[in-house]
Amino acid sequence: MTKIKTLADLERIKNEMRSDKDLNGSQDNSENAVKIKVGMGTSGIASGARDVMDFLTEALEKRNIEAVVSQTGDMGYSYAEPTIEVRKPGQKPVVFGYVDVKKADLIIEKYIKLGEEVEGIIPVNYKTIDD
Amino acid sequence: MTNLGGSKMSQHKQIRIALNNCGVIDPENIKEYIARDGYMALGKCLTEMKPEDIIREIKDSGLRGRGGGGFPAGLKWEIACKNKADQKYVVCNADEGDPGAFMDRSILEGDPHAVLEAMAICGYSMGATKGLIYIRAEYPLAIERLKIAIEQAREFGLLGKNLFGTDFEFDIEIRYGAGAFVCGEETALIHSMEGLRGEPTIKPPYPAESGYFGKPTNVNNVETYANVPIILRKGANWFNKIGTEKSKGTKVFALAGKIKNVGLVEVPMGTTLREVIYEIGGVIENDKKFKTVQTGGPSGGCLTEKHLDTPIDFDNLVQAGSMMGSGGMIVMDEDNCMVSVAKFYLEFTVEESCGKCSPCRIGNKRLYELLDRITQGKGEMEDLKRLRNMSNVIKDTSLCGLGQTSPNPVLSTLDNFYDEYVAHVVDKKCIAGQCKDLMTYFIIEENCVGCTACARVCPVGAITGEKKEVHYINPEICIKCGACEERCKFDAIIVK
Repeated sequence: MTKIKTLADLERIKNEMRSDKDLNGSQDNSENAVKIKVGMGTSGIASGARDVMDFLTEALEKRNIEAVVSQTGDMGYSYAEPTIEVRKPGQKPVVFGYVDVKKADLIIEKYIKLGEEVEGIIPVNYKTIDD
Repeated sequence: MTNLGGSKMSQHKQIRIALNNCGVIDPENIKEYIARDGYMALGKCLTEMKPEDIIREIKDSGLRGRGGGGFPAGLKWEIACKNKADQKYVVCNADEGDPGAFMDRSILEGDPHAVLEAMAICGYSMGATKGLIYIRAEYPLAIERLKIAIEQAREFGLLGKNLFGTDFEFDIEIRYGAGAFVCGEETALIHSMEGLRGEPTIKPPYPAESGYFGKPTNVNNVETYANVPIILRKGANWFNKIGTEKSKGTKVFALAGKIKNVGLVEVPMGTTLREVIYEIGGVIENDKKFKTVQTGGPSGGCLTEKHLDTPIDFDNLVQAGSMMGSGGMIVMDEDNCMVSVAKFYLEFTVEESCGKCSPCRIGNKRLYELLDRITQGKGEMEDLKRLRNMSNVIKDTSLCGLGQTSPNPVLSTLDNFYDEYVAHVVDKKCIAGQCKDLMTYFIIEENCVGCTACARVCPVGAITGEKKEVHYINPEICIKCGACEERCKFDAIIVK
């Protein structure tokens, strides 16, 4: 890694990453991949987020679904841990709460494969600094 | 993230500034932070701004310390900047200790680079080259992610020498605390980092003048730092439009207790308690009646229905008899006994008092004993006066913030729930049904069918009676666990 010396260096990394706009799965710029973030703060992990992440990674590969699973921090919904965010190609991200392995399976089979609704969606309830 | 459409957007009560990247980026990948404009503020500061410009920007933003005190951050930086020395230090206080609070932990676990970037900016503005993060060892995940973040920042040349091609150098080390509440107090924190006992000393001198090993030291809390890069990127005038006149920006709260949506919330200053509790937190579970909201942890107080429309900010909460604190917010309903709540916090304070000054060491212990007596039904009216008198003396005479605020839970419950204290003392009754010593379980003869279910579930064999005959609870043996009441299908067991 060459060291960052200027603002332009930063911009360059930013743009590399931005080509994959939602950040998730920075190593994989595939537009067609489903992108999943698993909330892995202490409260998420304590509620079983690690099992869910392992399951998702394995199951999506086995079922031949192009996907990138990555970890993120606490999404703030402690009451509904573990929480995951799923972004299907070309769609808005959706956050699911109360995700155990069984629920994760349902999310793959119903929401990701068929686009059917799965219970436990947490609506966005905040503004960001860019709103 | 505007998937609810424009009109509904305006209804969102929350704005995520300190939590901007939390739950969005992978905290173990510096590139994801950079993709969200990370380290842009540091770059801009080093290449385009003078230290005094940065300090002016932070002052103009109106950012106040999020650790509890609410001291203006820009002013703190300025004082540390003006004090000349061969070495200065930037310290991050990550010794989050309020029971139930986890805002700082979440920020460190979810967005560690924001804190590193802010510390480097602070270092540049005050002329410090060393940063220290004081974090409790009970936060292993936050520590691990901080270590990874520091490593990555060094690798990318964002910590170390000649940052952004300038002469400025800055590096950060982690210092571990053993998790003592008093070490959140800045002088105690500094002593702990120096290898001394975690005890506070009298201020002045303030750390900005004489801190870590006698050098000018700036201590800010995690959440305060997390706001800094965004303020410098978006501008002080963007930030100071959010919030109230004297408290700018947002505050992160760890919302807990008797509500549906337990979790982290970040609301603009000026949002009312009612909005946070009812609209964000969701209604009280099991349709119980709201009783109080505790803010500020062991240093804060209990606010009631009449305070619900108070806009949350540093000054309003103090005026209402509580304080902002670091951001714990616990909602309680009619099943919570206020004397027990005060006792709970005092028990914590007694445990955590460092023992250096006697008002705190002895006074809080005596306060606790008085509260304990009252919950046992052994209190007298004179005790209520003693509680108040002693509380005021402890507040006035303690050495540091811990003792100066520790009686707040007692005073605020005395102010707002005096009747409950009186009920404990005079009627020997606990309305909330929490103080076991004041409760007696009875069997209503007319309702008892003699099914023996209660006798079988009683763990101490306090219930006797023949099959199909009225049963009897022996109060001498009963431990008031409530198992019988739960088991009885005929509403034959009541608590008095």
